[in-house]
Amino acid sequence: MVVGLKSLVLKRSLWLFHFGGASCNNCDIEILDCLTPRHDVERFGMLLVGSPRHADVILVNGSINKRDRERLLEVYDQAAKPVLVVAIGACGCTGGIFAEGNTFAGPVDKIIPVDAYIPGCPPKPEAILAGIVKLVQSKFGSL
Amino acid sequence: MVQLFYFLIFPGLLFAGISGGFLSWFDRKITAWVQFRRGPVLLQPFYDFLKLLLVKETIVPKRGSTITFLAAPVLGLFGAGISAVFILLPAFGIGSGFQGDVIVIFYLLTIPSLMYITGALASGNPLAAVGASREIKLMMSFELTFLLVFASVIWRSGFQLNLGEIIAAQRETGAFIGSISGVLLFIALIMVVQAKLGLVPFDIAEAETELAEGTFIEYSGPPYALIKYSKYIMLFILPVLVVSLLMGGLQFSGLSILWSILKILGIVLLLTLIRNTNPRVKVGQAMRFFFLWMNLIVILALILQYYGY
Repeated sequence: MVVGLKSLVLKRSLWLFHFGGASCNNCDIEILDCLTPRHDVERFGMLLVGSPRHADVILVNGSINKRDRERLLEVYDQAAKPVLVVAIGACGCTGGIFAEGNTFAGPVDKIIPVDAYIPGCPPKPEAILAGIVKLVQSKFGSL
Repeated sequence: MVQLFYFLIFPGLLFAGISGGFLSWFDRKITAWVQFRRGPVLLQPFYDFLKLLLVKETIVPKRGSTITFLAAPVLGLFGAGISAVFILLPAFGIGSGFQGDVIVIFYLLTIPSLMYITGALASGNPLAAVGASREIKLMMSFELTFLLVFASVIWRSGFQLNLGEIIAAQRETGAFIGSISGVLLFIALIMVVQAKLGLVPFDIAEAETELAEGTFIEYSGPPYALIKYSKYIMLFILPVLVVSLLMGGLQFSGLSILWSILKILGIVLLLTLIRNTNPRVKVGQAMRFFFLWMNLIVILALILQYYGY
């Protein structure tokens, strides 16, 4: 992806943007848990930002239905590249129990390219942290 | 050439930005400790800045004015850099400043905020427009208090309009903060600095939770890096200004270097603790706070000063 100094500064300062699809809110709460004092992702330089323009990582959770699909594409287009996408939870990764619903518009990787999957219903904050660490390791070599 | 060196390297853009970056780390680390977290690593502000500058792409909004949108961060950075030169030269004892430079500093310090407003309005984003209008209201409310603080410091120092002379006057008579009126002025000035830096009780313009960064919502990549950099500079020069105006200035001989650094860190610590223990106020509350209470405090300080307290 990017090498040298660029890779160093990018992996030390990943800003997260949180996109919740038609979620049951459990994954949202587990993502928020990662930002709380107990798990504290700011020690890795990660911050939650409010605008996709500032995002380096888009966290997508919840089942993506036909309405969410347009919003997700819009958010992905608005984000400043390079941007990584992480699908969180069973619904984000595969569709989960909604996979055969008639409003379901496909799991996240059918709509935008996904760099990491974190399964679970919902995944624990530890699992989310482990997933993001693995993502950084696979993209940049080491944390 | 010397002027260019002053502006670009020391004590202007480069030096002030790096010091401000470390102060920004200090601010974030203290925030983390207050919340029982570990907090970011020492070089975190520089990672953020370099990432935005080198890695990310610049997106220009379609329905905005491209030139104004991209020029605003550059001009804001220059405003912050020039005010850094005018504040830091007398504070470090390199130059003595010139007659009337306090007034020039007062005007130059408004340039970054004005440029953020211009850039936000040029982006064509409705949330940025709301943020900009809030920033304008906030500026209108705290500038009068800021000017009154300047006026009373000038009066106190025997009508010296020169930052170097104001520091020298405090060397003779003791720091202005060592009296009741000085303490009142310090309270008002700290509140003004808090609002100027856009820290939490007064972060109404970039309210993350409702406006999603407000004025900066459309900025990405290098222009946002410049905004971050001018914020680092402001985080360094405003505490230095407070020290110069009220706390006897900085000294750089022997152990007083440590004392000078402690003064700056103490003020940043105070700002950080205020921002960690207060909720965000509404625009009307902020305006009432400055128009009524802070102005009353400064006028009370002026009256006390007249009677020699």
